[in-house]
Amino acid sequence: MANLTTNFIGIKSPNPYWLASAPPTDKEYNVVRAFKAGWGGVVWKTLGAEGPPIVNVNGPRYGAVWGADRRLLGLNNIELITDRPLEVNLREIKQVKRDWPDRAMVVSLMVPCDEESWKAILKHVEDTEADGVELNFGCPHGMSERGMGSAVGQVPEYIEMVTRWVKQHSRMPCIVKLTPNIADIRKPAEAAKRGGADAVSLINTINSITSVNLDTFSPEPMIDGKGAHGGYCGPAVKPIALNMVSEIARSPETQGLPISGIGGVTTWRDAAEFLALGAGNVQVCTAAMTYGFGIIKELTAGLSQYMDEKGFTSVDDLVGRAVPNVTDWQYLNLNYVTKARINQDLCISCGRCYAACEDTSHQAISMSPDRKFEVIDEECVACNLCVNVCPVQDCITMEPMVKGSTDPRTGETVSDYANWTTHPNNPMAKAAE
Amino acid sequence: MSNSPTTSGIVAGRLHAGDYARHFDDLYPDYDPHEAMVAADRCYFCHDAPCITACPTAIDIPLFIRQIQAGQPEAAGKTIFDQNILGGMCARVCPTETLCEGACVREAAEGKPVEIGRLQRYATDKLIAKNAHPFTRAAPTGKRVAVVGAGPAGLACAHRLALHGHDVTILEAREKPGGLNEYGIAAYKTAHDFARAEVDWILQIGGISLQQGWKLGVDGTLADLQAGFDAVFLGIGLAGVNALGVAGEDAPGARDAVDFIAELRQTDDLSTLPIGRHVVVIGGGMTAVDASVQSKLLGAEHVTMVYRRGRDQMGASDYELRHAANEGVKIITNAMPVAVHANGALREVEFAYTHQGPTGLEPTGETFRLKADQVFKAIGQMLEGVPEGIALDGRKLAVDAEGRTALPGVWAGGDCTGGGEDLTVTAVAQGRDAAENIHAALMGEGA
Repeated sequence: MANLTTNFIGIKSPNPYWLASAPPTDKEYNVVRAFKAGWGGVVWKTLGAEGPPIVNVNGPRYGAVWGADRRLLGLNNIELITDRPLEVNLREIKQVKRDWPDRAMVVSLMVPCDEESWKAILKHVEDTEADGVELNFGCPHGMSERGMGSAVGQVPEYIEMVTRWVKQHSRMPCIVKLTPNIADIRKPAEAAKRGGADAVSLINTINSITSVNLDTFSPEPMIDGKGAHGGYCGPAVKPIALNMVSEIARSPETQGLPISGIGGVTTWRDAAEFLALGAGNVQVCTAAMTYGFGIIKELTAGLSQYMDEKGFTSVDDLVGRAVPNVTDWQYLNLNYVTKARINQDLCISCGRCYAACEDTSHQAISMSPDRKFEVIDEECVACNLCVNVCPVQDCITMEPMVKGSTDPRTGETVSDYANWTTHPNNPMAKAAE
Repeated sequence: MSNSPTTSGIVAGRLHAGDYARHFDDLYPDYDPHEAMVAADRCYFCHDAPCITACPTAIDIPLFIRQIQAGQPEAAGKTIFDQNILGGMCARVCPTETLCEGACVREAAEGKPVEIGRLQRYATDKLIAKNAHPFTRAAPTGKRVAVVGAGPAGLACAHRLALHGHDVTILEAREKPGGLNEYGIAAYKTAHDFARAEVDWILQIGGISLQQGWKLGVDGTLADLQAGFDAVFLGIGLAGVNALGVAGEDAPGARDAVDFIAELRQTDDLSTLPIGRHVVVIGGGMTAVDASVQSKLLGAEHVTMVYRRGRDQMGASDYELRHAANEGVKIITNAMPVAVHANGALREVEFAYTHQGPTGLEPTGETFRLKADQVFKAIGQMLEGVPEGIALDGRKLAVDAEGRTALPGVWAGGDCTGGGEDLTVTAVAQGRDAAENIHAALMGEGA
């Protein structure tokens, strides 16, 4: 069994799976259940400033997108930060940390954008002996209307300013949680780093409306006939999260900045992908909210088995492995030529590849009267659409042409690596040396 | 309950009163909406889908399944009825494993086709339940067409003709319309009087008058119809049954399976219907299976179905045979009847084992006897009462690809004609296509 213990910015946990700041981490009761199930740590649901607790709507807080068998593909929420009294949360955090010293206990915070508010809350959190804080600059709904959450996360200067206050007024490790509702994720990450953040975590939820009721014409989730955009999460957002994590991991400005990966982690495989793209650990919410805390057994056993198979002895062996392979389009090898190949033994003759190619692509698949489908190499641009629409795994594959052979589509010889920067059609091409 | 499955002879009431309704209820309950969504999601929406090709009525199956996926089962029903106005019955009785589901690419991929039949039933039931007929007649043409026989072919033909604005008179010999749907298939395949409800729903299009108790050759001749109408469609089915040709086959207790099935279908209280303790059914088609299974469901202790050739040559589908076996019917193949032994009452049926000889099926010389107090003969139906002047092609009415007979103004379709298997869905296709040809001929005349 591979060792899953992680040390993320000095915070140790028995595995890299933390529960993200969200409803599952709002109370001692839930968090204790999670720790009993085996979760490595939690980020306690966001605390607000002292005073009367915030209120939530009393109608639906969640909207969803489902697959055919009601498999939850995406979840959205309009819940705000914790609506329990601050002192209750602080007392419970302290108790749980004392009872579960080997688990990571990070506290999420969101208070108004002034130094005194941050200073005050940090003092309270330090008293709990929690392991660190996460600054919630991510929630896109409700609190953002009050100048907090993503309203801060969308202004790099504010991120830097608040982070600096936090580092100034606290000894605790500080994670800055980023909103994806922004054009370039690197800017807020750079700001967090400038402000002294120990790490960033991403992504928070994405602005969304899950559906519209076509009888009442209200967006979902609906409150008394009206709807407000909520934060989207779950399996559907993973590709967006993976890209943003990789952007921060490979950017020269933020390279080396620890990342806690969040966004649609549902199985060990998702977690491994985040780790490979540079995340030092992952945070999970929707999968736990969908299936309960018991999934941690699959998450840990699966990652452990994979690491054993690969010969990785620690999680750090996996972290960042895929980062060097993330590049810009301009550096992709234009002399890498592949052609689709249809395995006739596996083909079930559904014709989806044909319809996709014939109707929407390059007319590169032929169909015989007895429903045999074959690739026309002279037309195939290797777009991969046939592979993606084929219902049979590995029935259609993309086979690279060997160097020196001739691409029947272009008549050109498959040659060595060359990219757009030196391509003759590129007006900005650098002269060959 | 005075009787039980072990009471000797042919008696009624072998079961507890409540058992009958349960035994003869729907073989499959309808999908609930969630089941339908999950089943529909398995469809790949194939290009030029093989299931459409395999359907004799060429229903656009991927389209209707997609409409179920998109939450509009009634629209899916309309897609089905566009091609097959008896889509509701076909969903219940089609041997889908040899038609659409047999061609489904998921059958090739994983041995589990999309459950097209059940999805079709879900969609058609949803639309019929709205009780609003989804088709509107074209402007009246003033043309009158006689349709002889209110079975699947006649109904499909009449509906399509009415749709095109023609006035249709259906002439039906029996008391109720529906043909084999009403009289000739197992009750559990069309539970809750679906056959009758379907006919009523079809007739909602208007322009169709139904005359029952009118028998061709008795109440009028084909020549009368030719004279009185602009066109005639014959969907007269197969009214005769083949005889065994063995000694004793007319013994009391021996009867045609089709009569038994018809009687069962028309009996309101099945506890009054007598059935033997030892029932032997001779034949290997759907009728034999329906008679066997229903004998068992009525409480017969032993039901044996005997077919003279091998299982692979049986007309009944594998699915039907598995169902029969599951209900407790014993199936014996490669045995032909040689005598029915009676001693006042029926006692035994004697069979000879067969094998394929150089000139055809031959007895091996080995024989056996089955105890029997009731025998159902189900070795096939045949054309009876062929109207004068109609040419035959083998044992069926001769028609061209459009359903025309050689007589001017006379078309025919369904089991009484050749071409395709004797299936409801084939009859519907032939009736529908003949209607299109009749329409073209009638409107061409006026032009």
